[in-house]
Amino acid sequence: MSPENGKILPENDAADLNFEATELTLGLPGKSRVTSDGGAKLGNKRGFFETVDLNFGDKDCGQSQIDVQEAANSPVSKVQVEGWPPVRGFRKNAMTSCKYVKVAVDGAPYLRKVDLEMYDSYQQLLSSLEQMFSCFTIRNYLNEKKIIDHMNGIEYVPTYEDKDGDWMLVGDVPWQMFVESCKRLRLKKSSEAIGLAPRTPPKCASTTERSLN
Amino acid sequence: MNYFPDEVLEPVFDFITSHKDRNSVSLVCKSWFKIERYSRQRVFIGNCYSTCPERLIARFPGLKSLTLKGKPHFADFNLVPHDWGGFLYPWIEALAKSRIGLEELRLKRMVVSDESLELLSKSFVNFKSLVLVSCEGFTTDGLAAIAANCRFLRELDLQENEVDDHRGHWLSCFPESCTSLVSLNFACLKGEINLGALERLVARSPNLKSLRLNRAVPFDTLEKLLMQAPQLLDLGTGSYVPDPSSEAYNRLKSAIQRCKSIRSLSGFLEVNPRCMSAIYPICANLTFLNLSYAPGLSGNELTKLIQHCRKLQRLWILDYIGDKGLGVVASTCKELQELRVFPTDPLGAGNAAVTEEGLVLISAGCPKLNSLLYFCQQMTNAALITVAKNCPNFICFRLCILDPIKPDPVTNRPLDEGFGAIVESCEGLKRLSLSGLLSDQVFLYIGMYAKQLEMLSIAFAGDSDEGMLYVLNGCKKLRKLEIRDSPFGNAALLEDVGKYETMRSLWMSSCEVTLGGCKTLAEKMPSLSVEIINESQQMEFSLDDRTVDKMYLYRTLVGHRKDAPEFVWIL
Repeated sequence: MSPENGKILPENDAADLNFEATELTLGLPGKSRVTSDGGAKLGNKRGFFETVDLNFGDKDCGQSQIDVQEAANSPVSKVQVEGWPPVRGFRKNAMTSCKYVKVAVDGAPYLRKVDLEMYDSYQQLLSSLEQMFSCFTIRNYLNEKKIIDHMNGIEYVPTYEDKDGDWMLVGDVPWQMFVESCKRLRLKKSSEAIGLAPRTPPKCASTTERSLN
Repeated sequence: MNYFPDEVLEPVFDFITSHKDRNSVSLVCKSWFKIERYSRQRVFIGNCYSTCPERLIARFPGLKSLTLKGKPHFADFNLVPHDWGGFLYPWIEALAKSRIGLEELRLKRMVVSDESLELLSKSFVNFKSLVLVSCEGFTTDGLAAIAANCRFLRELDLQENEVDDHRGHWLSCFPESCTSLVSLNFACLKGEINLGALERLVARSPNLKSLRLNRAVPFDTLEKLLMQAPQLLDLGTGSYVPDPSSEAYNRLKSAIQRCKSIRSLSGFLEVNPRCMSAIYPICANLTFLNLSYAPGLSGNELTKLIQHCRKLQRLWILDYIGDKGLGVVASTCKELQELRVFPTDPLGAGNAAVTEEGLVLISAGCPKLNSLLYFCQQMTNAALITVAKNCPNFICFRLCILDPIKPDPVTNRPLDEGFGAIVESCEGLKRLSLSGLLSDQVFLYIGMYAKQLEMLSIAFAGDSDEGMLYVLNGCKKLRKLEIRDSPFGNAALLEDVGKYETMRSLWMSSCEVTLGGCKTLAEKMPSLSVEIINESQQMEFSLDDRTVDKMYLYRTLVGHRKDAPEFVWIL
């Protein structure tokens, strides 16, 4: 949906009879029409995005035309509307109190899921991953976190995709920040993880303690 | 009119069990009214404010089972403030003072205090069954009172309640002499429980048929419980995180083999997906599977499990099953009647993993489908038309497109035609929830075809008052209408005020009705209670032109309620 001008022309307007009925507008889907008292309004429906706007602005019980126009021009944003989607509060709380992310391992055919809320530190998470993919063990170099498959001598580097869609090395940011921004995990084969896990020599004690967290 | 003495009619009336039929019988003549009221044991009150305890007690002295519903449905979605109302205590207080021998109480969306639970537990010697759905206001102390005092308790069923968990030993409060339990469901409790007490309780309950555990019950305990209760019909696991190499896991596998009666399975609130294969032996006989609180499984594991469930009639799952997974359901579960697909990410505006494709596959594979709740990314008219053709037996059809005004992505048109096809094809449709981009046209269809419709939920839909009028005029059996964020105003509200007396309730929020319109309605219809919920308190009572944020009206025999909080105006 284009946010700029607030109006969209449907591509197939061959059937023009109900064109106005189906014309899509950002803030005010639905036709603009003359109301029963004869006054023309710019579409008297309070649309989805208008409601979104209301959540932030002042609660003004009377909808002025200007407000409505502004709402129509505001950019599309994925904001929460009160009570939507219609999921019971109990269910919402139950589902959001856990943070399941997918875990992929290079070379394994199936993915797994872990609940990041269940761990307090990187150490716990990596131990758990070790158990899950039980043929690997974790070797913790001072400021490198790697998972090593002793059988095959393959090294795995834990990486994750953050909210921005970037692939990052696990361990750089504080644990809580990681939990909030992590969308999925991937154990990459060391050879493929070049650029993410440089073989730097062990750092001095003070810096390593900080990043081990 | 009365050719038979009362003693003959009474046992005949015993065969009439449905509330609707009983209500009809009572209207035939004075004599039947009298016989019916003395013999009535089960009463259903869909809106607790439509009547009062005194009237209930006066009319039905033989009352044994009472069902009460409190807050309006949209309270589920945070649209009603917590202290709006729906208090249980006055009912228990009045019943306790009377001679009523209450045995069963079923509540939905009520505010239940510990005091009311305690009073309940002490006032009715034969009390047997307590079912609480979506209630709040109580703690585990209230549950302790029920456990301790209800000597013949058979059923304690807690579904999706907000309970303040004091981590007390409420389970230990069941006395050693309590051996009557048939059903115990505490899955919604968040806190720890006394595992030893639970094991002993299950061991001394030979009639236990239904057991649903909470997340705090670990796998090891589950295994022990199953050894004690192979007669279970309904099992809800708590945590299911076994160590696959452990003895406990092996013991569970053999315990499961002995549980030949399990027909209903739920839980897996925490899960080790690699161990789901232990469950496969009971899948063949399952008729109800609820994995809608199991986000720890992936689509693959879920699909593999379902492939073993050929007799499934009801399935509740999360949308990570995906359209492909739904295809597997369609080819496996030929007996399916009810399907609910919930969003894994309920904060919405997210990406549901199912689309119209999954629904079409289901409709093609499961012709017995009659009840649907489906949260999805998108829907097309073509898909809905196909679904309508494949499944003409829908009684309940609830579709929730996560973006509530999304049009058909293929044609960019509203979903009027699709929903129109549903109501035209499904002549027995009783409940309908709409979403997606919708114009007045869909309401024209609903008014025209949905002749059996009893409940309709509307959000972000329609263009004008015409839409609401089509529904009010056409749906003769409408009982509950709830509307949010739609452009319906006073003209629609006031056109036929008598209609609301034939309905249980009407909810309108963020629509175009004004305070003046609501006042007019209240004036014309004294048999209705018209409530304005005014949270922001910016509304002046005298400004009739202001649109009303939230209005809830309902018919009532007892006038305005006395327990309304400050922010509720009853006009």
